[in-house]
Amino acid sequence: MHDHALAEQSDALRLRSLDDLNRLRKQILDKRDPDQPEIVVCHGTGCLANGSADVSAAIRSALDASGIEAKVVPGIKTTGCQGFCSHGPLVVIRPRGIFYQKVKPKDAKEIIEKTIVQGDVVKRLLYKNPTDGEKILHEQDIPFYKRQTRVVLHNIGKIDPTDISDTIASGGYQALAKALTTMTPEQVVQEIETSGLRGRGGAGFPTGRKWRSALTAIEKKGRPVYVVVNGDEGDPGAFMDRTIMEGDPHAVLEGLILGAYALGANQGYLYVRAEYPLAIKHLTIAMEQARAYGLLGDNILNSGFSFDARINRGAGAFVCGESTALFTSIEGNPGNPRPKYVRSVEEGLWGRPTVLNNVETWANIPLIVNKGGDWYAKIGVPHSTGTKVFSLVGKVNNVGLVEVPMGVPLSTIVEDIGGGVPGGAPFKAVQTGGPSGGCIPYELKDTPVDFDSLTKAGSMMGSGAMIVMDNRDCVVDVGRYFLRFLEEESCGKCMPCRLGLSRMREILDNFSEGKGSEKDIEDLLSLSKAIQDSALCALGSSAPNPVLTTLKYFKDEYLAHVTRQKCPAGVCKNLITYSIDPELCTGCTSCAKQCPVGCIEGEKKKPHAIDTGLCIRCGICMDTCKFNAVNVI
Amino acid sequence: MSDNALYIDEMMDQYPAKPESLIVILQEIQNKYGFISGDAMRLASEHVHVPLTQAYAVATFYQSFRLDPVGEHEIKVCLGTACHLKGGQRLVEDLERRLHVESGGTTEDMRFTLNTVNCVGACALAPVVSVDNQYHPNATAKKMEKVLKSLTDPSLEEMEGTGNA
Ligand SMILES: Cc1cc2nc3c(=O)[nH]c(=O)nc-3n(C[C@H](O)[C@H](O)[C@H](O)COP(=O)(O)O)c2cc1C
Ligand code: SF4
Ligand code: SF4
Ligand code: SF4
Ligand code: FES
Ligand code: FES
Repeated sequence: MHDHALAEQSDALRLRSLDDLNRLRKQILDKRDPDQPEIVVCHGTGCLANGSADVSAAIRSALDASGIEAKVVPGIKTTGCQGFCSHGPLVVIRPRGIFYQKVKPKDAKEIIEKTIVQGDVVKRLLYKNPTDGEKILHEQDIPFYKRQTRVVLHNIGKIDPTDISDTIASGGYQALAKALTTMTPEQVVQEIETSGLRGRGGAGFPTGRKWRSALTAIEKKGRPVYVVVNGDEGDPGAFMDRTIMEGDPHAVLEGLILGAYALGANQGYLYVRAEYPLAIKHLTIAMEQARAYGLLGDNILNSGFSFDARINRGAGAFVCGESTALFTSIEGNPGNPRPKYVRSVEEGLWGRPTVLNNVETWANIPLIVNKGGDWYAKIGVPHSTGTKVFSLVGKVNNVGLVEVPMGVPLSTIVEDIGGGVPGGAPFKAVQTGGPSGGCIPYELKDTPVDFDSLTKAGSMMGSGAMIVMDNRDCVVDVGRYFLRFLEEESCGKCMPCRLGLSRMREILDNFSEGKGSEKDIEDLLSLSKAIQDSALCALGSSAPNPVLTTLKYFKDEYLAHVTRQKCPAGVCKNLITYSIDPELCTGCTSCAKQCPVGCIEGEKKKPHAIDTGLCIRCGICMDTCKFNAVNVI
Repeated sequence: MSDNALYIDEMMDQYPAKPESLIVILQEIQNKYGFISGDAMRLASEHVHVPLTQAYAVATFYQSFRLDPVGEHEIKVCLGTACHLKGGQRLVEDLERRLHVESGGTTEDMRFTLNTVNCVGACALAPVVSVDNQYHPNATAKKMEKVLKSLTDPSLEEMEGTGNA
């Protein structure tokens, strides 16, 4: 609505200086009444999947129907993912900050009548603290949020990502205006160096150093030079880049423009996976708006600096997250990695000097330029500065997005913020770093979460996926899972990766069937070593990590599969049996109706039983039973 | 085909006639038709000046391209880590049984195509199944049975918890 139509009269909108930007910001803020109630509905992917679009529509019509005669009419705002996805759809009423969770369309009327008109609270929609059963009124008092430090995510949940005025009101593009009017490109690079920022895409390479070596390469080779956003987020279980692109697209864009200014690039690319349509949409809108306001394109803010960017949709290949593969993919070829004796900063896209950074890395840049590299360096720990966004998933109560300063203990994330494992048992392990990472067992729960400590524990930061596993998760199965994933995703160009991973997976397949011998474990170790040493790209060379760390910390569990034909976690199909506990079974017949082979028998309202000879161990009965009567051993 | 050729020609004109446009052109074709036919592939390769063989090399490298027609409804089961741990694989097997089709295939009556994907970024709601780009969070075999039923008989529209992908 607003900005699109206006984009036509682009000259009217164009900002020509820092003063222009500040004036516009003041105008937007002046028009706002701080007392005006604002109903904020999360439209992140998670909440949308849980029906939040219906919730916001219902709130809108309830509002229309209510004929509110208040002096200020409440506004409705939809935002990106607010992080607490497992409790969505979320609705927050500002400025009071009343936090409603698991909201349904039918709650809309009551929210309007009670909270907006009468100023009361709808108690049943409040979050209940699982530890003491207390209902919590305000967002900021919920333990999940209380212990986080939201720096990169500070805008998400507050701004409407499709409306640039919201971004500008909250200080967006201030860093860009500051840099263009008061800083030389060299000074921008220096701030990034001072900040100690390390890339958030996995390996933790210092961003300042990357930019510096690009500058050196440019000195040798001249221009053009390119800046690129890695929005491929191929790591299964990770969704922080998705959230940032969807919820605060201007932050990524502003970071990219700042990088372009620092390096003297006039063209940039955003490589975003096609599985993220909402991210692509929001980035596209953000770029159109930024162009209309003179923040992107020719002669940005009248500074003489011109830069434009383009989105490339990925086409579903994990390996395209790897830098050299990503470049060949943008060039229109199959995404085969190439050996890295020539670095991307020297020969990247079209053989030109190129700086590729991860989405979250780029989103950090405006913060650093705004508040200074020194400010940034004080957050976190000395060799891992700043904050990191993690996606916390798996067997944990509070599934969602978590941002903390680098260096906090693992237990803070999993237990204090994540609320621990459902059922209250200690977690078994946390898998970090995706297929390139490893498992950190419960005993190491005090490990500080930063680049170097995780590596020391045999795992990796990776993109920041944290998958919490409890004693119902099998390490052999997890190892097999990652190997199969990488086997499918490998480009197949080099032998160690192509054949080595398949062989490792075959061994684990055998384990999961109770076959194989202890000697196979030695084979796994030597194969791992060979692959690590000789694979061409990091997909292959890091692939053995999940198996190596689980072997290190959970060797017993591997051995149980081989020597006792048992899967202690009850996961590996060939080694388990399903049964029904007659004490708990109510005879509701649900499971019998669902069983695909019809091997569950019993009279209505009487305990049922499974014919284990026929059972194909599909687990549907267990998923179906509402009375926890189905067991697996 | 002539209508198709016309659409493809017009669409391609928006992109520079260079090899780097190949992927996005193939994506547009697939968005429109659900798959890339041999004729469409030829048009695309000619437009961006790459040999047909190379166009095939690109199309077969990337998982998202399909060279065969797809069914009326596309079901994608997420097999990312979170979904795997919460039983994604079991859902695939169950859907294979219900639809009598292997993952990656299309039912004989061309009604359903079953696929798997790696993490759609809604891991908090694992396991996730997307049907015609609508996410179904916390999917179970039972819920999917209802969804399939409602697609076969749209009067049964009582699906809860769906949203746009
Ligand atoms: C197989 C493979 C997949 C990768 N996938 C991604 C990805 O999805 N997103 C990402 O930002 N980096 C990914 N990386 C790391 C990138 O190659 C690169 O190091 C990173 O984008 C650099 O950005 P940073 O310095 O900001 O971390 C991947 C690396 C490998 C080897
Ligand atoms: S290590 Fe694997 S993914 Fe990387 S180049 Fe070799 S075969 Fe391809
Ligand atoms: S595991 Fe599957 S086949 Fe076996 S009894 Fe349960 S529902 Fe039936
Ligand atoms: S679903 Fe559970 S309670 Fe119902 S018959 Fe089956 S085992 Fe018994
Ligand atoms: S999508 Fe709403 S909290 Fe994550
Ligand atoms: S693992 Fe399925 S959505 Fe991420």
